[in-house]
Amino acid sequence: MSNLRLARVGAWMAKELCRAKFTSMSTAGYVQRGRNQHSQRPFEQLSQGPMIQKHCYLSTMTSNDTSKEGSEQKTISVTFVDKDGEEKNIEVPIGMSMLEAAHQNDIELEGACEGSLACSTCHVIVMDEDYYNKLEEPTDEENDMLDLAFGLTETSRLGCQVIAKPELDGIRLAIPAATRNFAVDGYVPKPH
Amino acid sequence: MAIFQARTRLFRSFSTLSSKPLRVCVVGSGPAGFYTAEKMLKAHQNSEIDIIDRLPVPFGLVRSGVAPDHPETKIVINQFSRVAKHERCSFFGNVTLGSSISLAELRELYHVVVLAYGAESDRSLGIPGENLKGVHSAREFVWWYNGHPDCQNLDPDLKNSNTAVILGQGNVALDVARILLRPTTELATTDIASRALAALEESSIRKVYLVGRRGPAQAACTAKELREVLGIHNLDIHILEADLLLTPADEEELKSSRIQKRVYELLSKAANTRHAHTGLDQRELHFVFFRKPDCFLESECRTGHVSGVHFEKTILKGISPGKQIATGTGQFEDIKCGMVLKSIGYKSVPVDGLPFDHQKGVVPNNKGRVLRDAKGGSTLLEEGLYVCGWLKRGPTGIIATNLYCAEETVFSISEDLEKGVLASSLPLQKPGREGLLKLLYDRNIRIVSFGDWEKIDSEERRLGSLRNKPREKLSTWEELQKAFME
Repeated sequence: MSNLRLARVGAWMAKELCRAKFTSMSTAGYVQRGRNQHSQRPFEQLSQGPMIQKHCYLSTMTSNDTSKEGSEQKTISVTFVDKDGEEKNIEVPIGMSMLEAAHQNDIELEGACEGSLACSTCHVIVMDEDYYNKLEEPTDEENDMLDLAFGLTETSRLGCQVIAKPELDGIRLAIPAATRNFAVDGYVPKPH
Repeated sequence: MAIFQARTRLFRSFSTLSSKPLRVCVVGSGPAGFYTAEKMLKAHQNSEIDIIDRLPVPFGLVRSGVAPDHPETKIVINQFSRVAKHERCSFFGNVTLGSSISLAELRELYHVVVLAYGAESDRSLGIPGENLKGVHSAREFVWWYNGHPDCQNLDPDLKNSNTAVILGQGNVALDVARILLRPTTELATTDIASRALAALEESSIRKVYLVGRRGPAQAACTAKELREVLGIHNLDIHILEADLLLTPADEEELKSSRIQKRVYELLSKAANTRHAHTGLDQRELHFVFFRKPDCFLESECRTGHVSGVHFEKTILKGISPGKQIATGTGQFEDIKCGMVLKSIGYKSVPVDGLPFDHQKGVVPNNKGRVLRDAKGGSTLLEEGLYVCGWLKRGPTGIIATNLYCAEETVFSISEDLEKGVLASSLPLQKPGREGLLKLLYDRNIRIVSFGDWEKIDSEERRLGSLRNKPREKLSTWEELQKAFME
């Protein structure tokens, strides 16, 4: 298990070296904004399991340790919790989308339209509301896609629209468990 | 823990790979087929997957259903191409289940057959006049402008009238409305079939009615599609304010559906927007609610041709909490038009030897496992036979719906493999790909490989670049044949 992690971190470090271009992006444009609370919670919440395990970072080695080698705040730490509750902690360069980061780190997050805001397959759930509130409000276009996401929650976003910025350091994102949702609250055909 | 389990399964799969690969055939190369193949490849390292399609070109509705002005939606083709090129996966186009090869033969050749061939027919209204000229299904119209080889002779009459009626208010209805109303200069740079583009350039259609049986709170479209059609240049939107009034039952429905709430809000906003377009090329889109088609009217001067639709007004009746249906009021109203597009739903077509529920238009199944009997709640399984996509759950949903649908079907397959449900065929060596190719060769059927498709693909891109389009689809059987025979 830890060997596997070590190998992953190694691979990440190698990748990191050739990724300097993302770090040059400015973060000045981000504005922190409060947001309205949803008045309701119409969609079934999913996978309670991983949500409970909030602060149990793996003890062997987190890639956090390696982020300090460069200058400050070039990357942030992001934890993905996959469908089985398995956690993966990665470092994401400032300015990079969570979809791209997931793919660079072999995290199984779908991305049918490759981040062009034309599908809902990179749906992630921000596990901590405080972090969710640090994100800019979703645009109409993102909301249009979230309409179609499976297992939508109050803190759902599209992975391609969540861009790494310093305030998001430590964010945890759950990848919805699709099969279960399909069986439970799958798409209900609408009669014409 | 999960990794450990996955590893065990991986190991088990590997250990059996050399001796007996799991031969899998997926019928249909649209989203349901490709997602199934992808999930199978991942879940079973010993699987060898062949995807067959009756067309010489892959990707099903991503190619012939997704509107030409939605190129982003088609990006998923990249992912599907990677699947097709996987070392354990093959694509064989130009192979038709039911004529090139029977279902029984296919099941002989493979351990697992997954049917994902979608819905290639249409629901009908069953009202008088449905066969008049000028009445088409939206599917045919979509296939026509998307260059599907089966609908290139549709030749819709866009010149004899300025009005078209679209029955239905789902996304397909909105797609065809948009194609009819959008300035053709904007369509010219898409991969729309050139035949269709030329016809649309000469179209005299300026007024389109989108007619639904129920109200704006029940419209079946998504916000994205609606936003898009509402934003067309030079287009006036007409919605009767009175139709927007919500009953308590409507409000209850909206409360429980985020998507319908957002659609309703968009419609309300559009109803309150002033009409600013008075120019020569002014176009109108009318959302008409609470009308159900009663019969089609025949033209007096052009025999056999449609001249309008006779509608009955409806009201909503609650049948269960959160669900209302439209019932007729006995009041009628006509809308004159020269063309009608019925966008009331697709329908799957069964093949010989396949259990089929004709009422629902799907294959009876339990989480993707085909059930032997369409009726009576039978739990007897058709061993080794599975379904995915529209054939499994009916013609609704978006591309991503098939992702979850495929996950469910593949999960069922895995479960059956583990539980020994497929025990009678698994120990047998199945001929799989080799057997399929031999059989098709004997029948003189020229298969189209993925490599052949790539030739067609590059030819289409080349032709497209000459006209400033991303691609010019080869859209007749002859053109396609020529391209892959070369």
